Amino acid sequence: MESIGVLMTNPMNSYLEQELSKRVNLFRFWKVPEPDRAQFWLRTPPPSAPSSEAPLRARTRPSSTPCRGSRSSPTSASASTRSTSEKGIRVTNTPDVLTDCVADLAIGLMIAVLRRIPECDRYVRAGLWKKGNFRLTTKFSGKRVGIIGLGRIGSAVAKRAEAFSCPIAYHSRTKKADSKYTYYPSVVELASNCDILVVACALTEETRYIVNRDVINALGPKGYLINIGRGSHVDEPELVSALVEGRLGGAGLDVFEKEPHVPEELFKLDNVVLVPHVASATEETRKDMADLVIKNLEAHFSGKHLLTPVV
Amino acid sequence: MEIYIFRVSSSKKNKRLIIFSNNQRPPLILPMASSHTHSPQDPKPLIVIHRIPSFSLTFAHRLIPSFSLFDPLAAAGDADPAAVLRSHAAEARAVLCVGPSPLGKETLDCLPSLEVVVTQCAGTDHIDLSECRRRGIAVANLGDAFSDDVADCAVGLLIDVLRKISASDRFVRAGSWPERGEFSLGVRVDSYADLQLEGKQVGIVGLGSIGSRIADRLIPFGCMISYTSRHKKPNVSYPYYRNIHDLAIKSDILILSCSLTDQTHHIVNKQVLAELGKDGVIINVGRGALINERELVKFLVEGEIGGAGLDVFEDEPNVPKELFGLDNVVLSPHQAVLTPESIKAAQDVVVANLEAFFSNKPLLTPIGWD
Repeated sequence: MESIGVLMTNPMNSYLEQELSKRVNLFRFWKVPEPDRAQFWLRTPPPSAPSSEAPLRARTRPSSTPCRGSRSSPTSASASTRSTSEKGIRVTNTPDVLTDCVADLAIGLMIAVLRRIPECDRYVRAGLWKKGNFRLTTKFSGKRVGIIGLGRIGSAVAKRAEAFSCPIAYHSRTKKADSKYTYYPSVVELASNCDILVVACALTEETRYIVNRDVINALGPKGYLINIGRGSHVDEPELVSALVEGRLGGAGLDVFEKEPHVPEELFKLDNVVLVPHVASATEETRKDMADLVIKNLEAHFSGKHLLTPVV
Repeated sequence: MEIYIFRVSSSKKNKRLIIFSNNQRPPLILPMASSHTHSPQDPKPLIVIHRIPSFSLTFAHRLIPSFSLFDPLAAAGDADPAAVLRSHAAEARAVLCVGPSPLGKETLDCLPSLEVVVTQCAGTDHIDLSECRRRGIAVANLGDAFSDDVADCAVGLLIDVLRKISASDRFVRAGSWPERGEFSLGVRVDSYADLQLEGKQVGIVGLGSIGSRIADRLIPFGCMISYTSRHKKPNVSYPYYRNIHDLAIKSDILILSCSLTDQTHHIVNKQVLAELGKDGVIINVGRGALINERELVKFLVEGEIGGAGLDVFEDEPNVPKELFGLDNVVLSPHQAVLTPESIKAAQDVVVANLEAFFSNKPLLTPIGWD
């Protein structure tokens, strides 16, 4: 596979980078100087072995696009699947290997927000405990958890939350025949009937801004939003104003609309927990994801079936 | 947080305890035992409110309808509370111990008629249990009232330490994400990538009402539970270890949820920390003195242990400053029980225990002597 050119769009994982560079001719797009980037795409492919200076548009066109964009369903936010499909470009993702990790973080964020653990930690580190006891927090066990998208990740969140005696309800395009959880046909109804709303669906045209002003108001000042999906699932300016005005109880956010930029109004709030898109960010899971990327590439270039195809 | 101010007013006929709150409620006025003996005309049974100045009884209004409350600290003014107690409450059969106020032999000596101590605190390490036992005084704790909240806190601290929630929240708020890119990777809650057949080994020290709730919560995360306690629990299938050393060697994560006694004081010492190892994580929702804190700080600073989530400390509210700069520790100001729901549940248990005692029924949550 040494002669195969693979474009890596941005630095992801050093293990993946290292393993790919052992196997293929790896182009690191972020290392291309800014002024040359527009040109980068237009250059003609070199006649034989491409070098890192003479990239790609490719000896092989980008034929398999490994993507960790899609977490829970076979639609990918980062790769425009419709256009790739039309051009005959295959797309793969890394499902399953990160399910547990994302669900773990979702529960971690719920407890962190309700029990105010990061605020507690700031309080102690700032030496404030000596001046008085910390305020009361909110009980987590038994809170009603509403899940948008009961796919792999949503189900893993539900399974964990059940161990905290949380009643589970969900919204998805269709009612799951084999699910014991309460189904709501609309997100507003789900939000009105839960204390903690978790976004665990894939980002598609239908789910963009699925958490809008109406949903936030239905969740209310005693409600909490947890987003481990994508930033664009939530109308971010609406969320920020609801949090600032106290119309929403709190939020635990792993994703944002314009990462790595997070609305600065949130930095001052104690009822939010902000983490930098780390739902799958563990040593073990990132390695599993990288291995799956490599296996998909190897399968494609040896003419075998892709392991986890999206398109 | 409500603040209460106590004032004793004495008219010719009655001595009253007046409680002012900052919560804009009208002040509570409590009749107090006004003579040397509890008034035989007052049909309400007498309860002594035992507290240290930094703690006050926040639910007197729930007790006043049925009981006569006597707070020696408020009544004494400049006088010696022990003398006041001796002279005013010698016939008291019940003490309500507020918060972690130490209750020892000296107080018990003032109360020759005492039959029951009802505590409003999750632990009982502040009460001289052996002295109570010797005198035949029953002690009631809070049973399960706080257990869910403490278990939630333990799991929350565990996920936070492994997945770096507080540390990465700090990173985002400092505006470092755009500058520094990806935050350092965390560790999976359930399993190591190269060891996927088995989940993380979580060792629980003390599988009582809190420890067993922690275990129940961690099972769906894929964690493997084992435990140590004084005795092997019947009907529990988790592997049992006779001592904390064997448990620590076996575990990736050690969670302390036992009570503090002479036997468990510094149960986590240098040797246990070494056995837990460089990647090991320790979570403490019990009491600070379960851990030799100085050794723990040394291990953390030198990177000889993976991380720690601590809700309790040896010398609260003082926390070792060496920990403030570490990203692999999560520090919480002894708040594992502090939700309004738990506090209400705890008050319910206290009231129910006192009502049971004075109607000659068995206590709801007596502590067992063993």
